[in-house]
Amino acid sequence: MTLAFDLILCLMILGTAGIALFVRDALAAIAFFIAFGNLLGLAWLSLDAVNVAMAEIAIGAGVTGVLLILARARLLALGDDAASAATPLWLRLGALAACAGFVVLLAAAVLSIPPESGLDRVVAPLMPGLGIENRVTGVLLAFRAYDTLLETFVLLGALVAVWSLAPAGAWPGRPADPGMADAPMRRVAGTFSQLLLPVALVMAAYLVWAGSDLPGGAFQAGTVLAGGLFVAAMGGAIGLPSSDRPLLRAALVLGPAVFLAVGLAGVAAGGFLVYPEGMAKTLIVTIEYTLALSIGVTLALLVAGTPVPGAAGPNPDGKG
Amino acid sequence: MSWTDAVVLALLGTGLAFYAAGSLGLLRFPDTASRLHALTKADNLGLGLVALAAALYWGSLAVAAKIALVWLFAVIAAGTTSQLLARRTRLDEARLHEPHPDAADSARDGGPR
Repeated sequence: MTLAFDLILCLMILGTAGIALFVRDALAAIAFFIAFGNLLGLAWLSLDAVNVAMAEIAIGAGVTGVLLILARARLLALGDDAASAATPLWLRLGALAACAGFVVLLAAAVLSIPPESGLDRVVAPLMPGLGIENRVTGVLLAFRAYDTLLETFVLLGALVAVWSLAPAGAWPGRPADPGMADAPMRRVAGTFSQLLLPVALVMAAYLVWAGSDLPGGAFQAGTVLAGGLFVAAMGGAIGLPSSDRPLLRAALVLGPAVFLAVGLAGVAAGGFLVYPEGMAKTLIVTIEYTLALSIGVTLALLVAGTPVPGAAGPNPDGKG
Repeated sequence: MSWTDAVVLALLGTGLAFYAAGSLGLLRFPDTASRLHALTKADNLGLGLVALAAALYWGSLAVAAKIALVWLFAVIAAGTTSQLLARRTRLDEARLHEPHPDAADSARDGGPR
């Protein structure tokens, strides 16, 4: 029964991936890419990798899908037909050969790992020292915290890159108001967001808290927060802030800054990113809460895009 | 097979039948409004039945409450998006019949259909 489920799932993943690659219409390709991401999340789930499944569905399918849809809408608004041009045969065959070679290499690497040498065996004995149960959080925020610290700065860098594309005269301004132009649509989205935003806040707080012992964590929570914030902006419940607001800047750098400060303070306890004995859980939860806030605001602003000239939100005091 | 298993199977089967009917309607109905009608009616009921089956299968009140919340939010989200889609379709159809000068806002709300 489980084998049948896995086989059907694999076929559906390959099918959606194939359609997303080969369909001509960009919107259809994006729709199948989102379906592909959700099915891939199910595959991670059936491998018992719940953390990865949540990240894949929230970020791989959710945020990336929204970014692709908005990118297409902006291309259309610029007069580009957002369709892929016909590619020459040698390019297709070359891409096929390169991807096939990479898949063979990857498969060889994965198959060469002996089954008994999983990371879990190394990590599990070290977990009691941290005081948390979720081994993925342990790896991300303690044993390989360096990687996660750099990732948070990469995300911040991505927003800086998007902002740096602002046209002359638009800086410092606010992104285009994502609120729906049609009044009845705006009301429907507004009512929905008045329900969704508080739920998203609670859900994000829960995901971080649960992330110590159960699947969850700052990235998943940040995505939920970003979704709530952006839907609220679409319904006109909150306005997007101007990019030079001090409070906004503080929210953006809070998580990475706290992470970096804790890491530097660790030098006193023995080295960069070393947590003092008995303080690990407190510090990890603190880092994760501040990171979730920063990731949420950063993702929402990444979706909102570059500041545009003369864009005035309906509520200039709103924080997004 | 206990009676719970029988009920779970019956609920799953009925739920899947509703999903199949909804998908068939999505493929076969001629215009956006009827397709939305097929999707919202059939999918919400189908999801409800599958959720009920899952809650019964796990047999725990905490899990059942979580599944109920998942169902509730899926229904609210589906209702909201179908309202928005229906309104967009109506606006686009009105624009098709009498050309409107502000064609620019169709691109920013996700493009013309």
